[in-house]
Amino acid sequence: MPPHDDHDHAHDHDDGRGQAPPSDMALRVKALESVLVEKGLVDPAALDAIIDTYEHKVGPRNGAKVVARAWADPAYRQRLLADAKAAITELGLGEGMEGRFLVAVENTPQVHNLVVCTLCSCYPWAVLGLPPVWYKSPPYRSRAVIDPRGVLAEFGVSLPDAVEIRVWDSTAEIRYLVVPEQPGGTEGWTVEALADLVTRDSMIGVGLALAPETAA
Amino acid sequence: MGGMHGLGPIAPEADEPVFHAPWEGRVYAMTTTAFRWNRWTLDAWRHQHELIPGADYLRMSYYEKWATSLAELAVKAGLATRAELAPHWPDIGAPATTPLSTDSAPPAVPGFSVGDKVRTRNINPTGHTRLPRYARGHVGVVTRLHGLHVFPDASAHNLGPRRQPLYQVRFEADELWGLAARGRTAVHLDLWEEYLGRV
Repeated sequence: MPPHDDHDHAHDHDDGRGQAPPSDMALRVKALESVLVEKGLVDPAALDAIIDTYEHKVGPRNGAKVVARAWADPAYRQRLLADAKAAITELGLGEGMEGRFLVAVENTPQVHNLVVCTLCSCYPWAVLGLPPVWYKSPPYRSRAVIDPRGVLAEFGVSLPDAVEIRVWDSTAEIRYLVVPEQPGGTEGWTVEALADLVTRDSMIGVGLALAPETAA
Repeated sequence: MGGMHGLGPIAPEADEPVFHAPWEGRVYAMTTTAFRWNRWTLDAWRHQHELIPGADYLRMSYYEKWATSLAELAVKAGLATRAELAPHWPDIGAPATTPLSTDSAPPAVPGFSVGDKVRTRNINPTGHTRLPRYARGHVGVVTRLHGLHVFPDASAHNLGPRRQPLYQVRFEADELWGLAARGRTAVHLDLWEEYLGRV
């Protein structure tokens, strides 16, 4: 039995996301795959490899390395803000980004950035991996543009009224990466240590980078 | 759905797995593989999601929508038949849609510059568009030029790429949402030349 032929999850439960798929999704997807395999359109082993890449190789740790490098190296930060795609390529990232574009937007004491895709679920997967369910769900997609401060509060982030919030609705093939503010007291840290402070949520803009004492 | 109220609380999940069940990974991998067949564009695939009847769209999980779109597109492209996919993938009853009437020779040179005020067109096509409803008929300022990009309103309907200038445009919150919108907030969108007019 191939590794994916796993019916443990065939009876999907309502996991609190409020949108339980029908209990037969595993069966239905297997039927679809069988048809495509029969026609020679997909190779199950190649599908396994793609799944492995997204489960184990691509993810927010890549983005964290980019942000940490930008904090530690002002010249790199400038290159990242000027041409983010070229800057992540320098770090060996961005494979498969042909035809796609990346823009880095930096948080400052005056400006906080927040990324959303109201039309579907566009996400900078080359640096953050695949998006979490909440990012793809109607509550976030609908409210991030009309009530960003309320959304931030829901994530436990409260910003002074004087801070301007810039929302980036990813309507085209441009993907946006937030460079969060570097936490105080981390000057001179290594890129590796800094990367541990950079969360996925801080690079979407619904969170802040971790304070040094909470990251230990 | 940008700007709608009443769609519920945001529900972040601690230590969320990449895929919640093996079938989600299979759907992801099949969908990304399918683009290599060159039978439909990224925009046609996005439009296929929009063709899922509204109540079903809101009920379905993310990867259920992906699976549904893959099955529908495979049938439309002649790669599989309804009979082969039934009973697991019945016809979803998608409506016929009409693309936005677009310029077959779109401008290749940007008509706007950074700092220009622009007003978005009030367009409401049944076909695919990437000008969100909440941003139609509003005034913004061009903040960046992105170069020439495939026009999704055409590409989604297999009318070719019709590349044209793409702009980053900044809209103040009170322009989009009225005077009650809380202050010091702006929304940026990436918008194609054909969506924009002079103020």
